[in-house]
Amino acid sequence: MTHPYLSLENVGMDFRVGGRVFHAVTDVNLSIDRGQFVSIIGHSGCGKSTLLNIVAGLTRCTAGGVILDGQEVNSPGPDRAVVFQNHSLLPWLTAYQNVRLAVDKVFGSSKSAAERHDWTLHNLRLVHMDHAVDKRPDELSGGMKQRVGIARALAMEPKVLLMDEPFGALDALTRAHLQDTVMEIQTRLNSTVIMITHDVDEAVLLSDRIVMMTNGPSATIGEVLTVDLPRPRRRLDLSDDARYIGYRASVLRFLYERHAKPEAA
Amino acid sequence: MSTISENSVVARVQGGGGLSALAATLQSALLQARAKLFDLLPLIVALVTLLGIWELACRGAGSSLPPPSRVVTDTWELIIDPFFDNGGVDKGLFWHLAASLKRVAVGFTLSAITGIALGVLIGQSSLAFRGLDPIFQVLRTVPPLAWLPISLAAFRQADPSAIFVIFITSIWPIILNTAVGVRQIPQDYRNVARVLRLSPLEFFFRIMLPSSVPFIFTGLKIGIGLSWLAIVAAEMLIGGVGIGFFIWDAWNSSLMSEIILALVYVGLVGFLLDRVITLIGNRIAGRKVG
Repeated sequence: MTHPYLSLENVGMDFRVGGRVFHAVTDVNLSIDRGQFVSIIGHSGCGKSTLLNIVAGLTRCTAGGVILDGQEVNSPGPDRAVVFQNHSLLPWLTAYQNVRLAVDKVFGSSKSAAERHDWTLHNLRLVHMDHAVDKRPDELSGGMKQRVGIARALAMEPKVLLMDEPFGALDALTRAHLQDTVMEIQTRLNSTVIMITHDVDEAVLLSDRIVMMTNGPSATIGEVLTVDLPRPRRRLDLSDDARYIGYRASVLRFLYERHAKPEAA
Repeated sequence: MSTISENSVVARVQGGGGLSALAATLQSALLQARAKLFDLLPLIVALVTLLGIWELACRGAGSSLPPPSRVVTDTWELIIDPFFDNGGVDKGLFWHLAASLKRVAVGFTLSAITGIALGVLIGQSSLAFRGLDPIFQVLRTVPPLAWLPISLAAFRQADPSAIFVIFITSIWPIILNTAVGVRQIPQDYRNVARVLRLSPLEFFFRIMLPSSVPFIFTGLKIGIGLSWLAIVAAEMLIGGVGIGFFIWDAWNSSLMSEIILALVYVGLVGFLLDRVITLIGNRIAGRKVG
């Protein structure tokens, strides 16, 4: 029996509010293979971010556990690099320094200074940000900041890349560009990725599997959809591809028919 | 057309040698000076108006305060020679200011170090915050001079007492602003630090300090202003060389003009101290602090 690369086993999360216990997430079971791109989609408040934070180790789950590459996750670490929703670059550092901080921390003992310099630039080049290495975040557009955030995460050579609505704050065109960049990088590096999103097109376009969450409280996985579309995928070709439209429809049906947000209904 | 005229300018500069080039630099310097003057014009007008009102108000024979013209003539000796030293407290204004600044430097450095450390402590630990913040909130309202008898009793010497008064006056805004700065560090930065597994020391230098520098320097600016307020008052009581004692001494000799001159210096030095802290803050933060 082979173990999956990353597995969530009976993961649950309770919050104590006053004297009462609130079950945010219950019984989440999920196995992810190496190199797989998995999206988690669901209405806001369904615990997607909680789930991602548990995998990141930023939040301790109250039930079950997460096993990555044979080891239990119980604290944050660079092997589970996070791309935060609002980029969270340090504003007093340049793009280069933001990535370099991560590189120095992760490879401080295994790579020489020159190698770390090259590795920093290499990762900025991957996200097409090598033209702005010396710019501070406030001199960069929202999309550029997110690119640097992705470069910082990639530079840690994580076992799994965690992205928390990475393109949520971007306009549609910028978002499309970044999605293409992420697809290109994921194909090239064969990274394992978990991405939180609330954008159905984004989920279908990028993912190998789409995990659809039911609404909270006691949110859990409602359905897992395998997206069997050949890579590399191009958004133009897919827009009238019958399978793409089918996948899209089934995610929409899940979200708006079977698990419509109660207050939205 | 434009190329021709540009060419002819170039030709003239080259042909006419350094002279026309010099004229050009002179002209641009003149223009710059004029722009500067224009910026300062409102200030100059306001100053002249205020001095004029003062002059008119205090001109009469029975006036209890001297008009600005008398202040200048009375204190001309002090203005032109701030460096004389006749021993004792009979020194030029430079020495008085220097003595006061030295006390402020020592007291303020101590309060900056202690204040930032305590601010980080109560900003980082909610336990420390709950324990210490109420105490700080009460102590910070104690007026500077109220500390003087206690510090005189404790140190039994003038200088350390004055320094302690500066320390205890300026530390509160530094503590409280640093604490606010530390508490406002976005959770995202803390998460970045956790994912990167920064050590507490790395966290302190790479995240906490840079993130709270604007807040810390707001505290330092308020602190240096308060120290300067406190030192003048404290020196009036403890005596010795110092601008505060100079004012008190002048009052005892009814030398109103000297007092007014000293006040001008106190104001200017206070302003400079504030500017210096702002400048350092901007330099360290690499951005505008305020």
